[in-house]
Amino acid sequence: MSKYYLNYLDELESEAIYVLREVWAQFQNPVILFSGGKDSIVVTHLARKAFYPSKIPFALMHVDTGHNFPETIQFRDDLVERLGVRLLVGSVQKSIDDGRVAEEKGKNATRNALQITTLLDAIEEHKVDCAIGGGRRDEEKARAKERFFSHRDDFGQWDPKNQRPELWNIFNGKYFEGEHFRAFPISNWTEMDVWNYIAREGIAIPSLYFAHEREVVWRNNSWIPKSEHLIMEENEEVFTKKIRFRTLGDITITGGIESEADTVEKIAAEVSAMRQTERGNRSDDKRSETAMEDRKRQGYF
Amino acid sequence: MQIDNNQLLRFTTAGSVDDGKSTLIGRLLYDSKSIFEDQLEAVENTSKKKGHEGVDLALFTDGLRDEREQGITIDVAYRYFTTPKRKFIIADTPGHIQYTRNMVTGASTANAAIILVDARHGVIEQTKRHAFIASLLQIPHIIVCINKMDLVDFQEDVYNAVIKQFEAFSSKLLVKDVHFIPISALLGDNVVNRSENMSWYQGAPLLHTLETMHISSDVNKVDARFPVQTVLRPQSEGFIDYRGYAGRIASGVFRKGDAITVMPSGFTSNIKSIDTLDGPLDEAFAPMSVSITLEDDIDISRGDMLVRSNNQPEPSQDIEVMLCWLNNSPAKPRAKYTVRHTSNEQKAMIKEIVYKIDINTLERDHEDSNLEMNAIAKVRIRTTKPLMIDAYRENRTTGSLILVDDATNETVAAGMIV
Repeated sequence: MSKYYLNYLDELESEAIYVLREVWAQFQNPVILFSGGKDSIVVTHLARKAFYPSKIPFALMHVDTGHNFPETIQFRDDLVERLGVRLLVGSVQKSIDDGRVAEEKGKNATRNALQITTLLDAIEEHKVDCAIGGGRRDEEKARAKERFFSHRDDFGQWDPKNQRPELWNIFNGKYFEGEHFRAFPISNWTEMDVWNYIAREGIAIPSLYFAHEREVVWRNNSWIPKSEHLIMEENEEVFTKKIRFRTLGDITITGGIESEADTVEKIAAEVSAMRQTERGNRSDDKRSETAMEDRKRQGYF
Repeated sequence: MQIDNNQLLRFTTAGSVDDGKSTLIGRLLYDSKSIFEDQLEAVENTSKKKGHEGVDLALFTDGLRDEREQGITIDVAYRYFTTPKRKFIIADTPGHIQYTRNMVTGASTANAAIILVDARHGVIEQTKRHAFIASLLQIPHIIVCINKMDLVDFQEDVYNAVIKQFEAFSSKLLVKDVHFIPISALLGDNVVNRSENMSWYQGAPLLHTLETMHISSDVNKVDARFPVQTVLRPQSEGFIDYRGYAGRIASGVFRKGDAITVMPSGFTSNIKSIDTLDGPLDEAFAPMSVSITLEDDIDISRGDMLVRSNNQPEPSQDIEVMLCWLNNSPAKPRAKYTVRHTSNEQKAMIKEIVYKIDINTLERDHEDSNLEMNAIAKVRIRTTKPLMIDAYRENRTTGSLILVDDATNETVAAGMIV
């Protein structure tokens, strides 16, 4: 090797591995928050790299809204089996049944905000002291201010104005009883970096990311998949379109885009030419200017 | 995109709203086509609501609710853009005096600092403060952008006068590589595109400067240092006796077979293998994350450091540091703190404040011994056990530390080892 510098993907990978090892060293019971989306899949892949030849020492925790794409659940179960890791599931349906939260009403009702309670309950139940997420700073303006190690008080809340300063790569994961941390190993990655990395590493991702034919309705400027959970309006029409999803979330609010990209390489090419941010198709972020910040303060991912 | 050769450049921007810092970042993102349509639409709407003509580029960098309401930046925000040549991470830091701590935070990982000077006002106290912090944090490259050239009729004299002013005081600072660029962030002159109004300027525009500056030497490739983060013992089939030391190379190069010393124990051995999921490596260098195995069974744990036997850091308990205080509650005299240095953690006490630096005049104050929020001072600390240290100017990783207050668990200070 003649050159002693890393290209940017290698540097981002190395940084993420470093963060994951710090999490393991500084916390008692960390988990990876696993949504089945590409970002948490990449974090899981990086965890394999961080601890090889050992197994991933973290459990995967999935907050199940009950409004899932069936493909996501299948993918999750296959991955857990392949890696031999433990799966913890927090169920929003159970939170509703237990009366912890109430379902939103109306056509645009989603279980997005309800996840916060379920997530915090699961963190408490399993005595998790650090939840590792696939959040990236480029996703959204409130996320641009996140730390790698992000402190949550004993109500699970984030206080963006009173965060611990984070200098160099020295992380301070000290906490008091009842508090916990969120850790974001791929903070510095962009959507493009994630796709380039998935392509380079040959990481398996759910089929939903690839262009496929699906029944959809046009709502809030994107193609919302028809599903048993979608409440149809009278004047809404179902189309069959070739679409793919840029993010995977609650099936009732995750909009697809029309696309012909059916390989990772084609997706990467498509993303690099995109003129819309990926969360532009997420109606949960469109509720107000500071929708994400408000949810994050309460304890959202 | 050619991923193979593209490097990552991290830079920080210092300056206040008045200097046009947000406008500059907005311009950089906008002209390099890094703004998405939905972001542009949101900013266009807000611009209209606020009664601005056209698009207010500064709005691209507004983050939190309080910041939007007050029109000021409160915390470091990170932004990303990519050109065919490089990937960039901007640490966008507020420039007000009370936010020294944020500038220090943003500067700690930066390869380059952009310091904004308003062409109408020239070098002011704030400029000096920003340059001082950039030199204190040993940012390898400084780019002084003389902004608002449109308001001084794009005169070359103004640009030259600022250079003179800057050089007059920066000669006292440790800055290695300084560039001066006359720009108009508002109009876009010399940001991404070459200015047509300043044909007298022969240098490169800002983006081209960022794309081409030599950063491969920013990381110390001489002193091999490997702080152990954790020990990997899979005890699984094929790896029954495997004992790998996981970490990120802080500096230098390690090769298979190298004679190494474990610090602080002093035991010696040779590198048996350097492992990754993608296979073993013959050599690895900073900042790679790897797992290292040794020829001998030695008791090694987190906080220890592997170094090449012929080049060792200094184990030290009495350490002189330039300390920046980051917390609302001032330092308590002779109070104990937890010190974190690489993967090592010890207790430490601030023994003595040698002098404080007046951040505005850059003069030393030997009388004042209060370490309040944003204070910068040279102090002596004593640790319970030795830390394996290098001078910060030689090594940003093994030369840096933080102090944590055990009563609050907050990070209260950042230190650069002298």
